[in-house]
Amino acid sequence: MSDPRSIFLKDATVTSADGTQRAFIRKALGGYYVNRDLQKARYRDWERARDAAALAKWNAVNDLAVVLEQFTANFERNGGVVHWARDAAEARAIILGIAEKAKAKAIVKSKCMTSEEIHLNDALEKAGYGVVESDLGEFIQQLRGEAPYHFVFPCMHVKREAISELFTRHLGTPPTDSPEELTMIARRHLRQLYVDADIGITGANFLVAETGQISITENEGNARLTAALPRIHIALSGIEKVVASLDDLSVLLPMLATAGAGQPMTCYNTLYSGPRREDEPDGPEEFHLVLLDNARTRLLADPEQRDALHCIRCGACLNVCPIFKNIGGLAYGTTYQGPIGSVITPHLRGLKQWNHLSGASSLCGACTDACPVRIDLHHHLLHNRRNAAKESPTWFDRAFHHGFSFVIKRPWLFAAGGRIFRATLPLLRKLPLPYMGAWMKTRDLPEAPARSFREQWRHDHA
Amino acid sequence: MRVSLFVPCFVDQLTPRVGVATAEVLTRLGHEVEFREAQTCCGQPSFNSGQWDVARPAAVRALEVFRGAEAVVGPSGSCVAMMRVFYPQLLEGTPHEAEARDLASRTFEFSEFLVKRLGVEDVGARFPRKVTYHDGCHALRELRLKEEPRRLLRAVKGLELIESEEGESCCGFGGLFSAKFPMISTAMAQVKGGALVRTGAEFIVSSDPSCLLQIGGWISREGKVARPLHIAEVLACRD
Repeated sequence: MSDPRSIFLKDATVTSADGTQRAFIRKALGGYYVNRDLQKARYRDWERARDAAALAKWNAVNDLAVVLEQFTANFERNGGVVHWARDAAEARAIILGIAEKAKAKAIVKSKCMTSEEIHLNDALEKAGYGVVESDLGEFIQQLRGEAPYHFVFPCMHVKREAISELFTRHLGTPPTDSPEELTMIARRHLRQLYVDADIGITGANFLVAETGQISITENEGNARLTAALPRIHIALSGIEKVVASLDDLSVLLPMLATAGAGQPMTCYNTLYSGPRREDEPDGPEEFHLVLLDNARTRLLADPEQRDALHCIRCGACLNVCPIFKNIGGLAYGTTYQGPIGSVITPHLRGLKQWNHLSGASSLCGACTDACPVRIDLHHHLLHNRRNAAKESPTWFDRAFHHGFSFVIKRPWLFAAGGRIFRATLPLLRKLPLPYMGAWMKTRDLPEAPARSFREQWRHDHA
Repeated sequence: MRVSLFVPCFVDQLTPRVGVATAEVLTRLGHEVEFREAQTCCGQPSFNSGQWDVARPAAVRALEVFRGAEAVVGPSGSCVAMMRVFYPQLLEGTPHEAEARDLASRTFEFSEFLVKRLGVEDVGARFPRKVTYHDGCHALRELRLKEEPRRLLRAVKGLELIESEEGESCCGFGGLFSAKFPMISTAMAQVKGGALVRTGAEFIVSSDPSCLLQIGGWISREGKVARPLHIAEVLACRD
């Protein structure tokens, strides 16, 4: 019972019953809702801004080959080196190759979910490199030996006391309950590591085609140090992160900040334009960009769900998702949690193994309303369900729905079946029936009425 | 107007009073109400389970059943969303696509029909109780109905409407989701049901009987006092 579905069911059963964790996550998101709404209100028209943001991504994604080539040509002109990786293994091999050639020892990283996607840390550590996460949340998760809980707020589930204990255990610092002091502990620890590191690995929020620049957004300043201090900078990015122009960026950056964190702008927004030039005092000697496909072109080939490639990884869909808020981020067992993760993980890792995530949704649609680039998230969950039913149908589902269909095609049978159902409901409640048994564990069913509506109608209109 | 009732299958079998109340309010407003007995289920359980090939014949049946109806009115945002939003998608590229779009344009959720189609807000009801309102997600986000039911409730004499925290949160029903992932569904019922109960309202009103099944089922099991009530039942109450 170690398939993803069984693990999910087991983990989600535990976490959805954890009222303490649920309250903690809701409290953590409480401030976000207030700030997000405050910032949204500063837009003259948030809905029109969503249209503009969606269009900017649509333009790039629907012309990906052209826009990407324009980007890489300009990136190379700026002195960077482009590497294309078809999948996770290729991306890891490229990065290991660069590290080996540079005779690197220590590597510092800033936040990069794409590196989680390709399990880069594991590969680097196995090859003998020391790797340190410099984003505070990622650093905490690295010390905890746990995957990120939320792809924007990696340790949002960890209480302050637990962070203090963690630092005491790993860094030998005295316990404290001051968030500022905890941040300073991490900062003091990390500063020397930037200086010692041979390679800095970052992600990319956007790749700007017209200038060949990489846009990175952060609140802590650690990505700047990661990119600037080590002699080699490697950026790892999915191919879908490209946008055509700086104008597009001017729409997307504030929306990313507002939708993702309730900020007007993220604290640091940097455009990286290649390695150190001759007249510059600092910056890396080499600047590599690994462009990762890893099933993105497969998603691109699906016109129905192509808009999932618009995703700017703001996390707004997680923050409003009742599933995420009740099961938490780790139960998903994916790199990308929440609605966007449930949509794209089947594409990235296989529909048969990961379709349960599309099923684990009430299809409430809060995610779709929250998405700043208008990805049709909850309908894509329906599309995944349909595709899975076609590709790998289960006999139970087929039998159940064909049986149901047989009944509802025949009004007389529906009426007769309904009568039997109502008459035997007191007994049925006690039986371990599929679906009804699961319902009855935590919820009651109403008393069955003597007459159905159709019987009542016939009686009243006879 | 001649109104054809679209009664959800579980309302037919479990809460027929919702259908009765819907017919009563429409009749009182002077409309001729019919119920076409050939109707059964819209096919949403199969559609949501990914079994589109099974759901398609159910949709085609519904097209036949409601052929020629001037207006089709259903007391459920969810079932109406199935017809309005999803039938055209389900039948896209089939010979039934045009008729699906036509039916979609003639199908209304109950509160939507009253407020948007008929322009009625005060139906002459009196219900001197404290109520809170739960938005079904399909009504809220597929049909974009939020103000319509509230306008109707505010016009009810004596009624006090209290909004809840978690106003736009899902109750966790989601059709078969509630039975396939009962632990998540129950957690959602605890969050939303809890917020609704905390308003101190005597009645939890919604335009979606499926949400009321979930919230009511949880409330009953937990022994809370608030009672679930469909908006049509509120509007059918008079002195």
